[in-house]
Amino acid sequence: MIELDRVAYSYGGAELFSNVSLTLAPGSFQFLTGPSGAGKTTLLKLCYGELVATAGHVRLFGKNVRELQRDDIALSRRNIGVVHQDCQFLDHLSVAENVALPLTVAGRADEASEYLEDLLSWVGLRNQAGQRPPELSGGERQRAALARAVIISPDVIIADEPTGNIDWEMSQRLLKLLVELNRMGKTILLATHDLNLIRQASKMQVQARVLRLMNQRLHVAGVDL
Amino acid sequence: MIAVIRRYFSMLAGDPLADRSVPPTGFTANLTVFTSGAMAFLAVFALALGLAAGQLADRWASELARTSTLRISAPADQLDAQVAAAVNLLETTPGVASARALDMAEQQALLEPWFGPDLPIDTLPIPRLIEVVEEGAGYDATGLRARLQAEVPGAILDDHTRWREPLVAAADRLRLLSILSIALIATATAAMITLAANAALAANAQVIKVMRLVGARDIYIAGAFVRRFTIRAFGGSAIGALAGTLAVLLLPSSDVAGGFLTGLSFSGASWFAPASIPLLAAVVAFLATRSAALRTLRALS
Ligand SMILES: Nc1ncnc2c1ncn2[C@@H]1O[C@H](COP(=O)(O)OP(=O)(O)O)[C@@H](O)[C@H]1O
Ligand SMILES: [Mg+2]
Repeated sequence: MIELDRVAYSYGGAELFSNVSLTLAPGSFQFLTGPSGAGKTTLLKLCYGELVATAGHVRLFGKNVRELQRDDIALSRRNIGVVHQDCQFLDHLSVAENVALPLTVAGRADEASEYLEDLLSWVGLRNQAGQRPPELSGGERQRAALARAVIISPDVIIADEPTGNIDWEMSQRLLKLLVELNRMGKTILLATHDLNLIRQASKMQVQARVLRLMNQRLHVAGVDL
Repeated sequence: MIAVIRRYFSMLAGDPLADRSVPPTGFTANLTVFTSGAMAFLAVFALALGLAAGQLADRWASELARTSTLRISAPADQLDAQVAAAVNLLETTPGVASARALDMAEQQALLEPWFGPDLPIDTLPIPRLIEVVEEGAGYDATGLRARLQAEVPGAILDDHTRWREPLVAAADRLRLLSILSIALIATATAAMITLAANAALAANAQVIKVMRLVGARDIYIAGAFVRRFTIRAFGGSAIGALAGTLAVLLLPSSDVAGGFLTGLSFSGASWFAPASIPLLAAVVAFLATRSAALRTLRALS
């Protein structure tokens, strides 16, 4: 679905990483780990077309990102749900409106009401629907971000440190939600530096692959960390 | 063609949710409403001026062209004979519908504004006037002058071209100036709305980024801004045009002077002119914001 072919990226200076190849096969669950600053967020941005690789090729659903127009990338993103490291909400809208935003911008706002309530219950935010994002706790924000990532029912879900600033219990809940999604057939790529989370996933019997970004290269690691 | 226009304006189709995605920006909103209001107010005057000048030019051109005056100065004992000869000659001139010597009372009335009612007109050596009304394509002025010179030595033909032409030219120039003013007003409005739209877009860079991240296309994001600015410009200029029209209506109408200012009003079909100003402002705002938004969105990628 998403394919990185010997990709390199540099923000202008030295290459952050190079020769990175990665395939997100349908229904797969992959962890992306590595030390802070290794370029995990950058790699994910390449996967949803926010950045363009400085070398190599990125293909979204079979199409080379370099050949896509801005609007084509926007359309591709409707099939990739992203939980951003910094959530990226519109603070003047309510939580419910933020969660519904992908449907709204796709001109399918009328479908929102159907899922919205179920979805907010699923992530445990039913009572916070009318609040503004800044009023939420860290864990609530992350769950709202997950709800927004999945509302348009994308095939791929990319989550960047979704458990970054929340407690262990909440992290487990979020992981569980992601595992549920994977069981429903969604392709998951989850960046985290939290190895406990990866161990926890293996207990949930997910067929997860662990990739480690380190020293400018992407390595396949075992689950036995 | 219609499909192209429809696609072009499709971003005007309302989407309240899209409009809510862009937070309200008080400063640019007020700037747009005020600017388009002020500009519409000015445009009404330019329009009224242009219409009045147009009517005046047409009136002068047509009315004055249909009449001319023959002035006869002669010693008192020859005057009546020359007037009779001139009227005779005029009546046999092709292109002349009628020729009529003004009587003393009429001449007195003409001079009254300048010399008062007590002018002893019959004792003064005042030339006699003959009013000539033309028909069809009019007469041949050069031929007529030549014949008059031969038969009525004291006659001077004034066919009004001498002072009609600069007046018509001035009125035409005035009409041109008003069209130019409206064009300038529209351009200035476009420039200011572009500035306001750019400010709003810059203030909302983060909003634009988020909308893109969740899959919004450029046209959708631009539409949210374009609709907002178009509506503001329309509203502001509707108020401005209304105020301007009221101000024009409240101008003192000086029928007695019969001069230029009486024409500075709207009547009949010309009422559509001030009513069209808000529409023009909306179109200007639409085009200005659309191009500003699409340009910014291109630059922000
Ligand atoms: N927009 C940017 N411009 C320049 N450097 C950046 C930018 N974003 C990230 N970096 C740098 O790239 C490196 C990798 O960042 P990031 O991808 O966020 O790593 P990670 O997510 O693994 O912590 C860091 O050193 C960071 O400072
Ligand atoms: Mg990161």
